[in-house]
Amino acid sequence: MSIQTGSAWVDGSGSRLAKYNFFKRINWGRASVFSVPTLWLAIFFFIPFLVVFKISLSESAIAVPPYTALLDWNAEDAYINLKLNLGNYLFLFEDSFYIDAYLSSIKIAAVSTFFTLLIAFPIAYLMARSKPSMRALLLALVILPFWTSFLLRVYAWMGFLKKNGLVNEFLMGTGIIDQPLIMLQTDFAVYIGIVYTYLPFMVLPLYSALEKMDMTLLEAAEDLGARPTTSFFLITVPLAVPGIIAGCVLVFIPAVGEFVIPSLLGGSDTLMIGRVLWDEFFLNRDWPMASAVAIVMLIVLVLPIMLIRNSQGKEETA
Amino acid sequence: MKRRSLFLNTTATMGFIFLYAPMIALVVYSFNKSKLVTVWGGWSLKWYGELFRNDQIIDAALLSFKIAFISASVAVVLGTMAGFVLSRFGRSRGKMILSGWISAPLVMPEVITGLSLLLLFVAMESAFGWPAGRGTSTIIIAHVTFCMAYVAVIVQSRLSQMDETLEEAAMDLGAKPSSLFFLVTLPLIMPAVISGWLLSFTLSLDDLVIASFVSGPGNSTLPMVIFSKVRLGVSPEVNALATLMIAVVAIGVVAAMWQMRRQTKLLADQE
Amino acid sequence: MIETAGDAGLIASPDITELPLWKQEGATPFLRIENITKKFGDFTAVDNISLDIYKNELFCLLGGSGSGKSTLLRMLAGFESPTSGRIIIDGVDMSGVQPWKRPVNMMFQSYALFPHLSVEDNVGFGLKREGLGRAEVKQRVAEMLDMVQLGHLGKRKPSQLSGGQRQRVALARSLVKRPKLLLLDEPLGALDKKLREETQFELINIQEELGVTFVVVTHDQEEAMTLATRIGVMNNGIIVQTAEPHDVYEYPNSRFVAEFVGSVNLFEGRIIEDQPDSVRINSQEAGAVLYVSHGISCAPNQKVHVAVRPEKMRISREQPDQQENCVCGVVEEYAYMGGLTVYRVRLASGKEVRVTQPNTSREASERLTWKEQVYLYWDLDSSVVLTA
Repeated sequence: MSIQTGSAWVDGSGSRLAKYNFFKRINWGRASVFSVPTLWLAIFFFIPFLVVFKISLSESAIAVPPYTALLDWNAEDAYINLKLNLGNYLFLFEDSFYIDAYLSSIKIAAVSTFFTLLIAFPIAYLMARSKPSMRALLLALVILPFWTSFLLRVYAWMGFLKKNGLVNEFLMGTGIIDQPLIMLQTDFAVYIGIVYTYLPFMVLPLYSALEKMDMTLLEAAEDLGARPTTSFFLITVPLAVPGIIAGCVLVFIPAVGEFVIPSLLGGSDTLMIGRVLWDEFFLNRDWPMASAVAIVMLIVLVLPIMLIRNSQGKEETA
Repeated sequence: MKRRSLFLNTTATMGFIFLYAPMIALVVYSFNKSKLVTVWGGWSLKWYGELFRNDQIIDAALLSFKIAFISASVAVVLGTMAGFVLSRFGRSRGKMILSGWISAPLVMPEVITGLSLLLLFVAMESAFGWPAGRGTSTIIIAHVTFCMAYVAVIVQSRLSQMDETLEEAAMDLGAKPSSLFFLVTLPLIMPAVISGWLLSFTLSLDDLVIASFVSGPGNSTLPMVIFSKVRLGVSPEVNALATLMIAVVAIGVVAAMWQMRRQTKLLADQE
Repeated sequence: MIETAGDAGLIASPDITELPLWKQEGATPFLRIENITKKFGDFTAVDNISLDIYKNELFCLLGGSGSGKSTLLRMLAGFESPTSGRIIIDGVDMSGVQPWKRPVNMMFQSYALFPHLSVEDNVGFGLKREGLGRAEVKQRVAEMLDMVQLGHLGKRKPSQLSGGQRQRVALARSLVKRPKLLLLDEPLGALDKKLREETQFELINIQEELGVTFVVVTHDQEEAMTLATRIGVMNNGIIVQTAEPHDVYEYPNSRFVAEFVGSVNLFEGRIIEDQPDSVRINSQEAGAVLYVSHGISCAPNQKVHVAVRPEKMRISREQPDQQENCVCGVVEEYAYMGGLTVYRVRLASGKEVRVTQPNTSREASERLTWKEQVYLYWDLDSSVVLTA
């Protein structure tokens, strides 16, 4: 719109439809469009965290469900007994096992996020700079694994990395090694698994950031005397920063809590917090402990990143 | 310049090889005759036969398809509503809450989502007696919750690209907001709604962690069965199953691409 | 020779030239805008505008970006509700009337054609909302498409049309409901220059044929000049001047209008002699006493501006006979543009004056060139005094 109507830049919400007076009145259709999804999320996404927090403060018990109640109602004396058990949290910090698990999860997630970025960038860059027809093909090639089963893609690497798997066969066949490498059930396999399964999550935001970039910017930089490598680091990379951040968040957070990859590709000593939570819950049946692990993971890892992401999103819309 | 693009092409090609080599190996080995999955014993369709005779896998697959179909359909309705609120309603406190919540399931580690939903279901059961036990319905609720977030994001981005004057024009020509949505808005965001449905279907079909938490006994979904099988090592039947799934997805993606290409070509011809 | 609105149509005597409705005292306006204000937060987009528009008018709101013209149009359509004031269309107060219930249709700048519907379905969209029968919808759509000469393209999708064809579909779609009032937002803005000129006249023909009242928003003064019965020049949320195109150009009421519509030379000065039918103004900038052959009402010794259009000035090497309205300067630059030449002349005061002269002779040698001393002069009735 070449004509500034005033509304376009004064109304920050960006939606002009929002301002019709008929929408301002109470309108049942409008109210239900808003409240149905919001209520659903409130009940099945927000409230569950409160429940988890509550249970993390109770004690494990051999019962159904396997935890004690926080509130005791004593009818005879009309007493309400509130029992908060911080033991689970104290235990988390006392036992180095849990702290090690958190740290090792962060390390594994961070390293794999870095390598995912390293591999994804050339792919996204190539896609953004190729012709539209080629672009569609490459995009489909990136998206295709994204639509196939995550579990089966992890599984594919089991056959690939195991002792007598294809990689070892190939390396021994070409004479590079004479003993098969032990790759499966190591941290190395976990890195590979994370990079592999989360690659599309990194490529797509990077691609959408790079695609928006005006290629004449690079020409302008070169015209002003920058070499291609210089203009790449001074122009392309800074402009791709929103994509880099979005991609890293999309890879890092799920990778921290990853369960399938360490349990299929990792060894018994591959310590990841998602696996610890799973074992606490399914093997030890210690629901309060599992809840405490989840709450700490949420507070320490997920919340800060989501806040960063939100503030970044606001900057972009501002 | 030339050398740089050579470097770029090489690294990107290696990236694509990295993406596809394991899947191609999986497909090839699914046709292996040998029972020992690692030794090549010639071409055979034997494992496909085994797969279709395995009742456990077939039952789990049917259950998973049912769950995925229902979850995707509910998620599309809720997600479209949420996406519409996010892009078409004015700024309000309620909208801020919704926009904060809607993106959270996208990045939440699955173990946390799964655990928290299970604990909610248990607490609800002891408080209201519903849901009585866990099974298909609890899995569906869990899947709708995270799938609707994906749908909302897709629909919202489509709506924000859409020219709002189209909706104003419809109103100007006498369409009320309700009929306006079905006559103009919905047809125009249909591609986004369809891809949201397909994505939800795939995500639901694929989910192992959340379903493991919220399912009850006797309600094993396909990923749960696969997981218990492959945990013990490579299984030729799973290779066959994976190949079938890859084939379906590949056909779907190619068909979608072909359709898109045909449409753009159609438009280009008429310009 | 003043008639009442009711008699206007009945008197058809050839020797009586009918006055347009807006010049008839007591004529009933078709669209009445009463003290309309629209605020977005602290920003006032439209500031207490009152305006009457009469039946069969083609009224142009002319203004730059952010002048409030589009906001005013959107309030007429009902997409924005005024912060205060009323809009009355054909005697009905539009406050609280939703867009889909107003007897008003709009042609959008982007055309806003529904991409998923064919041309026919686009044009028929509004009729179907009225609940008309299929046969009637079909017939009226066909008539309308014939009128805009697109009868053969009814089955096409908007994406399969050229820009000019889309513009006609948009026009047809907004007219097919026979609105009392048609709002057009930059109707020709997306067309190239040649097509725009053709379409301008077509638009006037259609308007006269259908007898619909048009309100057009535009930033293009040429478009406004060609189309409009009257022009409302807008700036900063107010209408600065409402007048017929000729009057807007020849008798601007303010410096803003003089400068916005066409180009103009303004000389600052003070009134030294104030007669009922003429004034003399001493202008330092012009370095002369300027004479204007119309009276003005203002305080003595008030600072005013004398506006002279570049084409009203004449330029010559020799001093002309006339004493008044003659200034002297040096040619600083000139641009030969074929039909005319534009000169930039620097006066002794440092003031730069723009003069355009038709090239009546083919000989290049006769033309003035750089650094030449020249005299600029204009007729006594060619200039306007602006107090605002």
